[in-house]
Parts: sequence; C-alpha cells; structure tokens
Amino acid sequence: MDNIIEVKNLVKNFGDVTAVNDISFDVKKGEIFAFLGPNGAGKSTTIKMLTTILTPTSGDIKLNGHDATTDANDVRHSFGIVFQDPSLDDDLTAIENMNLHGVLYGVPSKVRKERIEQLLNFVELWDRRNSQVKEFSGGMKRRLEIARGLLHHPAVLFLDEPTLGLDPQTRNHMWSYLQELNKTEGITVFFTTHYMEEAERIAQRIAIIDHGQIIALGTADELKKKTSTDSLEDAFLKLTGSVIRDEDASAADKMRSHRMWRGGRR
Amino acid sequence: MKTIYILWLREIKRYLRSKSRIIGSLGQPLLFLLALGYGLGSVFAKAGEGNYFQFLAPGIIGMSIIFTAIFSGIQIIWDRQFGFLKETLVAPVSRLNIMIGRTLGGATVATMQGLLVLILVTIFGFRPYSWALVPVAILFMLLVALLFAALGAMIGSLLDDMQGFQLIMNFLVMPLFFLSGALFPLDGLPAVLTALVRFDPLSYGIDSFRVLLTGVGSFGLGLDFAVLAVVTAIFLGLGSYFFSKIQV
Repeated sequence: MDNIIEVKNLVKNFGDVTAVNDISFDVKKGEIFAFLGPNGAGKSTTIKMLTTILTPTSGDIKLNGHDATTDANDVRHSFGIVFQDPSLDDDLTAIENMNLHGVLYGVPSKVRKERIEQLLNFVELWDRRNSQVKEFSGGMKRRLEIARGLLHHPAVLFLDEPTLGLDPQTRNHMWSYLQELNKTEGITVFFTTHYMEEAERIAQRIAIIDHGQIIALGTADELKKKTSTDSLEDAFLKLTGSVIRDEDASAADKMRSHRMWRGGRR
Repeated sequence: MKTIYILWLREIKRYLRSKSRIIGSLGQPLLFLLALGYGLGSVFAKAGEGNYFQFLAPGIIGMSIIFTAIFSGIQIIWDRQFGFLKETLVAPVSRLNIMIGRTLGGATVATMQGLLVLILVTIFGFRPYSWALVPVAILFMLLVALLFAALGAMIGSLLDDMQGFQLIMNFLVMPLFFLSGALFPLDGLPAVLTALVRFDPLSYGIDSFRVLLTGVGSFGLGLDFAVLAVVTAIFLGLGSYFFSKIQV
C-alpha cells in the first residue's frame, strides 16, 4: 500500500454553499504533506471529513486502507490530530489528559504509562505533569496536544495550523521532533499552515486549495517553476490572488464574543 | 467499559475540583429552604398541613438534583466551545459510550449534590422518618439525576452555543421545578395545574423522595418508579440519538 490517504471526488455542501468542490488527491505513506489555502478555502472542512467528524456530501476517502464513512472506527484508530483550537480539558492535569486519551484509544495501561512518560519528557512537560492544563501557556498546551496526538502511535498525524501563535523556538523544536518521528517511525504528517516558508522548508509535497478546489499540487520547486516565481509565498499569491478573504465566524467564535459582553460563566 | 469509566471519572474530577460550583449551587436551595421553609411555615401549619420545613426538604433535594443534572448535560456546549468535544468525537469509541459515560458522570455529580442538600436540611432540623429508607431514597435520587442528565445531554447536543441557555432555564428547568409539587401539596389543586403536575417527570421523583424520607406521598412508590424508569429510558435513547448526530 503506497498511498496512506486517497481522496476521490470529495464534495461537501452546506445548504447552497459548496465548501469543498470535487477534490481528489493522494498522500504517500511516510510523506510530509502540506495543505495550503486562504481562509475559507475549504482546508478545515477537508480535514474534518478526513478525520470523520464531518460526513461528506459525496466522494470517497480512504485512510490507511479504511473507508472514512463506512469504517469510521478503523480510520479513527489510524490517525492522531492536533486541532487548530485547543481541545484539552483545562480542569484536568497534563497526565490526566494523556491518560484519558490513552484509554479512549484502547492503549493497554502498561504501554500507556511508558509512552506518556516518554512523550511528556520529549515535549518537556514531564515536570508539569500534575499541573492543571488551565495553568499552561499556549505553547505548552500545543506541545501537550502533540504528545497526546502521538500517544496511540497513529499512522497519520493531522496538524491543523499547529504553529499558530507559537514563538520560533517552540516552532523549531516541534518541527524537528516531527521530522525525526517521520524518519524513524515512518509517520505520515498532514498539516495546514499560513506560514509559507514553513511549508516550503518542511513539506515534501504541497497542495493548494482555493474556492473548494485543488488548484496546484507538487513539490515547492514544482509550484515555483509552474508560476515562475522564486518563493512559495509568491507562487501562492499568484495562484490564489491577493484579495483578502473573510471567513464566516464559527459558532464558537460567536459565543466567545457573546461571552465577552455578558461576562463569563462556566 | 473502560471508556465509559474514564469519561465518568472526568465528570467527577471536574466536579470535585470546582469548589465554587459546589458551594454556589448550594446557595439557591438554601435560600428556598430558609425563605420559604420558615416564611410559609406558619401559614402551612394553620392550614392543617403540618410541618412545612419537613414537607419542603424533599422538594429542595429534587431541585438541586434537577439543576445540577441538566446543567451537567448542557456542559456539552462548553466542551464544544473549549474544543474538548472534538477530542472525544475523533476517538475510536462509539458515540453511545461517550454519551453514557458523560451522563452517568453527570448523574453521579447531581446525586452527590442532592446528598449534600440532604445533609444540609438535616442540619437545619429535617428528620427522615426512617433512616433505613435513606439508602433507597438515594437510589431514587440517582434515577432522577440520570433522567435529567440525559435530558440535559439531549439539549446540549441540539444547541450550538449558550444563546439558548436562558431560554432553557426559563421555559424548561424553572417550569419543571415549579410544577413538580416540590413547593406545594398536590391535593385540591385546580384541574389544569393537576394535569401539568402529572405531566412533569420531576413530580414523580419528588413524590418518591417524600414517600421514602417523610412517609407520605401522592402517587405511590410503584407508579413513581415506573414513570421515572420509562422516562429515563426514553431520554437516554433520545439523548444518544441527538448526541450521535453532533457535527463540529
């Protein structure tokens, strides 16, 4: 099996709006694959469908040989994900968040203990393992989420804008760890980002999506050659234009602003 | 099983860690108990109905259970906002198990809250008519808690954000509480009110508490149990259905 992800004619409509319009692409096993696009281009919608939390309107998704709609549970065993927004339980400690994840993924308790220690050490959070996550900074939370996403040894790791808001030190540390893991464990990495130099440096292949369609796919060099530009940033702008896009506020965003006015309550 | 347990444990830990929530949610029952219990006590006694404080205590226990249970179900909305919901939805665990773990956790928390209120009213002078029946009363408290935690999970699955929360409080939780016979005896009510009370599942819960804690009730323990069990089963079914339909 050469392709770990196979997407064929994937479509997602929300009412009259077509968020993802008939896209097809493959990701090879062991590849680091970047998925780029302006806001509202359909990146997150695609990731949500790949990770089984959104049902496609039509089309096929195969991940690690399993069909995302009919064998959702096998697919869920095959990937780990670091979401764009934090998805930790703030009231639990770092180690409790890890443990909960391990149990949900059926990692046997002995293996779970070993891996949690190893992973928390790696992301340099072992000393803080018994602190509640609400005391953590944004970077620490991100590191914990990465450790958590790897706990069940997934075949594919999805990262949705993983470096957003991280300082260069943390960003570098994170990528060198992920590249190491990619080499030694053969983990496939699928990530989205708005930092073009990051995609250029890290990704082996890059797909650019706009208006729900894949408009370019290849190595950074191929994309630059195709557009006769010298940087991925220029290639990206040439392909997607320079008009600034608006993204519809998600329910969570709306609630956050609502909460600001009304005063928080939990 | 382990997944249900770990999600149950999460709810318990969160509850025990939020001391402000525990104490905060004791305030309202206490206020009702003291203001109404002492305020209306003499009128109640003059009407020949006996000790109002003794009558009111099971109702106040029911109140704290319904509020805590529904609120714990609605926490799904917070988990959606703070992202944790996604973590559980991408896990290779059936949605049914997730929903059951959360709901059992919420029900346990609500029962603990009910127990705290039971202790509180005992401190203020409430006396169960038989201590031997208190454990049975606790089982009924758990059943009532489960019923409303499942209802809360259903609501939490249907709402996208907290905008609808006030609506739920004012048009569902408050009416359920006020129409349950928690505050007044059920005999001699106008026909419309009697019908509403009979339609409210909390009425049967509070009636069972009253039977087990004070020895008097209106419907009989058998009917109470039957209604609570059937409604709980329905809400658990609906709750699981709507929870399985969540997309984030």
